[in-house]
Amino acid sequence: MTRQEIIDTTNEFLIDEIEVEKDSIAEDSRLKDDLGIDSLDFVDIAVIVERKFGFKIKAEEMMSVQTLGEFYNYIDSKINQ
Amino acid sequence: MRRVVITGMGIYSCIGKNLNEVKESLYAGRSGIGIEAIRTEYGYRSPLTGILERPVLKGVLDRRLRTGMAEEGEFAYIATVEALANAKVDNLYLEDNEIGIIYGNDSSAKAVIEAHEIIKEKKDTTLLGSGAIFQSMNSTVTMNLSTIFRLRGINFTVSAACASGSHSIGLGYMYIRNGLQDMVICGGAQEINAYSMASFDGLSAFSVRIDEPTKASRPFDAHRDGLVPSGGAATIILEEYEHAVQRGANIIAEVVGYGFSSNGTHISQPSNDGCLKAMQRALDDAGMKPSDIDYVNAHATSTPIGDTNEAIALDALFSASRPLISSTKSMTGHECWMAGASEIVYSTIMMLNSFVAPNINFETPDEHSAKLNIATHTVNKEINIYLSNSFGFGGTNSALIIKKV
Repeated sequence: MTRQEIIDTTNEFLIDEIEVEKDSIAEDSRLKDDLGIDSLDFVDIAVIVERKFGFKIKAEEMMSVQTLGEFYNYIDSKINQ
Repeated sequence: MRRVVITGMGIYSCIGKNLNEVKESLYAGRSGIGIEAIRTEYGYRSPLTGILERPVLKGVLDRRLRTGMAEEGEFAYIATVEALANAKVDNLYLEDNEIGIIYGNDSSAKAVIEAHEIIKEKKDTTLLGSGAIFQSMNSTVTMNLSTIFRLRGINFTVSAACASGSHSIGLGYMYIRNGLQDMVICGGAQEINAYSMASFDGLSAFSVRIDEPTKASRPFDAHRDGLVPSGGAATIILEEYEHAVQRGANIIAEVVGYGFSSNGTHISQPSNDGCLKAMQRALDDAGMKPSDIDYVNAHATSTPIGDTNEAIALDALFSASRPLISSTKSMTGHECWMAGASEIVYSTIMMLNSFVAPNINFETPDEHSAKLNIATHTVNKEINIYLSNSFGFGGTNSALIIKKV
């Protein structure tokens, strides 16, 4: 999967399934403060990521992921290693 | 002693998704019962059920507020929105005032089973999603509604089988009467899916009158062959009388008596002694005599033994005064954890509109029901005071007396 495909898939589920505001989506958007994603949302995101990208998010690996851009990079690193 | 009044009602049931629709169905004697074919495939003996679709809350409620709700929570949300609007309680009022919630619910089977199926397949609990735990607990309704409506008073679920909804109102009444709360949201919710009723169907307790679904629920009729499961939710807002007057609320009716008992006998078979004791206690609490009651909304679920025991108790108490009696379960089926509350909504609608809804399908009395004054058709009549019964597995009995204000 290319980085753009990762971005498109991620943005699509964030908007459709997590119901994040479309206008708040940007590479430098902070997941918690700008997109309003809380700890329970992360549980649901883990379920969706497993379904869409075929890998399990590990909570400890997500500690350094603060922005949407970093999240795309994290997914990229897990599926294109 | 503080008086307790009803200032709001809401309903989401197989005979109507709001108070107006329900009023019309009750008056017309319309049944909400049909067939859900998937039940037969799943292994049920009887595919009969109340028919009620799940509401669509996407676009109505934030995702976070929706995720933790199983279907019974969604039904209760709809019913409570109507009740709060009725009671003229808006978001500002909810923010500024302490309101409690005591709601009846006694299962969340579908949520538990679906979570189990995911774990069996994935062998990984982190793939259940954030909603699973909140949907799976019996207190799912109160935990969700108190979050959605930002309630800050008493907050718990009443689990008392088919008397849950009724006991919830009795408890709300006691909290207000004793000065612990000024306003409490009470009610009953019941999931209406195939997972939730399978074990109950396994007792062979359901009607198998599959060729005539709307005639299957026939409380007190000599040819009844079992109950029909159903579901939805009903909300009743209880409020202290002076508090209601002061804020200009619409006072719908007054709760004047709550009676209860426990049979202490068989886990599933009702006892006429227990029924009688609960009703008598409600009358004592209200300071009333049997002759004060204009209408009895019977629990009668269309089971051979249950209806008989209730008929015996009703005759023992009311043989002299012979009030009109009907079981709305003839139209709705047995709404289980919702029933005690929904039947207060149905009976109050009747009282406010001066009619008694028929006990439909009562075509042939049996030895015990022949003694009762059962409404076979809609009766236009002024009702000032009614009594409503609810009895549950484990011998839990509840009776409420409501009067016009």
